[in-house]
Amino acid sequence: MSLQFVVDGLLTGSMIGLGAIGVTLTYSILRFSNFAHGDFMAWGTYATLAVVSAIGATFGKVAPIAPLSFGWPLIVALAIGMAFTALLALLLDKVLFSRLRSQGQAIIVVMASFGASMALRSLLEFTFTSRPTYFSRAIQIAMPVGFGIRITPDQIALLLLTAVLVLGVHLLMTRTQTGRSMQALSQNAALARIVGIDVASVVRVTWVIGGGLACVAGVMIGILVQIRPFMGFDMLLPMFAAAILGGIGSIPGAVLGGLIIGLAEASAVQLIGAEWRAAVSFIILMAVLFVRPIGLFGVRER
Amino acid sequence: MSEIVLDVRDLEAGYEPGVPIVRGASITVAKGEIVVVLGPNGAGKSSFIKAIAGLVPITGGTVFLDGKDITAAPAHTMVRLGLAFVPQTENIFPLMSVEDNLKVACGILERREIPGRIEEMYSAFPDLVRQRRTPAGNLSGGQRQMLAVARALIVHPKVLVLDEPSAGLSPKFVSMVFEMLANIRKSGVTILLVEQNAKAALAIGDRAYVLVEGKDRHESIASELWNDPVVAELYLGQRPSQAGKGGTA
Repeated sequence: MSLQFVVDGLLTGSMIGLGAIGVTLTYSILRFSNFAHGDFMAWGTYATLAVVSAIGATFGKVAPIAPLSFGWPLIVALAIGMAFTALLALLLDKVLFSRLRSQGQAIIVVMASFGASMALRSLLEFTFTSRPTYFSRAIQIAMPVGFGIRITPDQIALLLLTAVLVLGVHLLMTRTQTGRSMQALSQNAALARIVGIDVASVVRVTWVIGGGLACVAGVMIGILVQIRPFMGFDMLLPMFAAAILGGIGSIPGAVLGGLIIGLAEASAVQLIGAEWRAAVSFIILMAVLFVRPIGLFGVRER
Repeated sequence: MSEIVLDVRDLEAGYEPGVPIVRGASITVAKGEIVVVLGPNGAGKSSFIKAIAGLVPITGGTVFLDGKDITAAPAHTMVRLGLAFVPQTENIFPLMSVEDNLKVACGILERREIPGRIEEMYSAFPDLVRQRRTPAGNLSGGQRQMLAVARALIVHPKVLVLDEPSAGLSPKFVSMVFEMLANIRKSGVTILLVEQNAKAALAIGDRAYVLVEGKDRHESIASELWNDPVVAELYLGQRPSQAGKGGTA
């Protein structure tokens, strides 16, 4: 058998993992499952695409940075897209989630996020149609790297980007006052206020991180696969599976959960057929939860 | 009496509108004092002290800290205003290390001041040093209480407010906690505490109030409250010493 599934799995896993970071943060800090998270991905990707097009229209054709398939416009557009997605998350929280949260029933917020998810997705279809689109139609030649594995320069760049982002978020959570405040809020909201933490500002940081990373994950899918209004929604179940598998609230857990599910899916495609792709990740999820219900890196509440 | 640090006048507070739990309670705390608020079960002691800390909605009356009106101040601004609160239960972050529990409370300190301040807390509470990397949830009951108090003191509060610091502790730790509070006062910190354990609290307190049905009903010098017949009556015929034996409710 070919080991190609390792590269495919790591890439899918990176996309899932980056998205799962936002899911796990929202769940542990705001205490609800945000079903609109996948649509943040799609909106971020379309925003990035719009900026790339705008740059293209203004500066003309920009040569890609060899050997990658994209040039500086995509990098600039990604930064703008991340900011846009963060703002979108903040806006949705202000007009919808924060009001419902203050009434104190988590299930209502979850249902509202489901509604928001459908509304956001429909708006994308309305604006951009449901036809798939691409950042670039250039075809990259995959380089053989031994053991029957081939990888493209884009894929290497995106794996490195994922590693940098994950490390950055992990350091933020464990080494900075902002990160400690986020941990504190997830463990005991009342005590967090008592020790002087402004809950509203920590909630904003949570949305900014979750939204920004969702945009990166979406753009990765856009570069490696394609851009569709459903691209984020289709990632929702694997993202939740990764967050639960890794242990709710754990950043390394979410990423590791994503990689496990990505690798499991990719190996299933190779070994037993593509139609089993989704099933395999959920079998693994259930098996782990039977043995360790709190997930790999999860911690029992008190 | 010396300078008043905390001045609570006719405080009314409760979780639901129209259902006050605290119904017009007034107390003062002077600089350097230990003031104890006692009262039978359900007297509203805990709600009273939580309302001062901004955790129970205040519907009437005023709270002044160092002459400044803090009645409407949100809970998270209290440490900046100079009031540090130690809740009765769940007063530490269980999954964070002891050191991170201290660090997370340092938001209002200058960045360069923080390491020195943490070392000062370790020298004041030597039991915590060995556990600095331990998740706070693994500490013993007495050590948790120390950590909660250290975390409150780290920001140089003008007044330290505690809700039943001896609740749920074994007798050995109870005396340790009160000894700790007496020492903290010696270092110049003003203390307000609510207690069930009347005897131990009065032994270290300067003045005491008795709260009944959400109102302050009696005030006296701590050492005299013990033998006051009015107080026995307020405790529904019980001597405060007997009420104190209930301990942890």
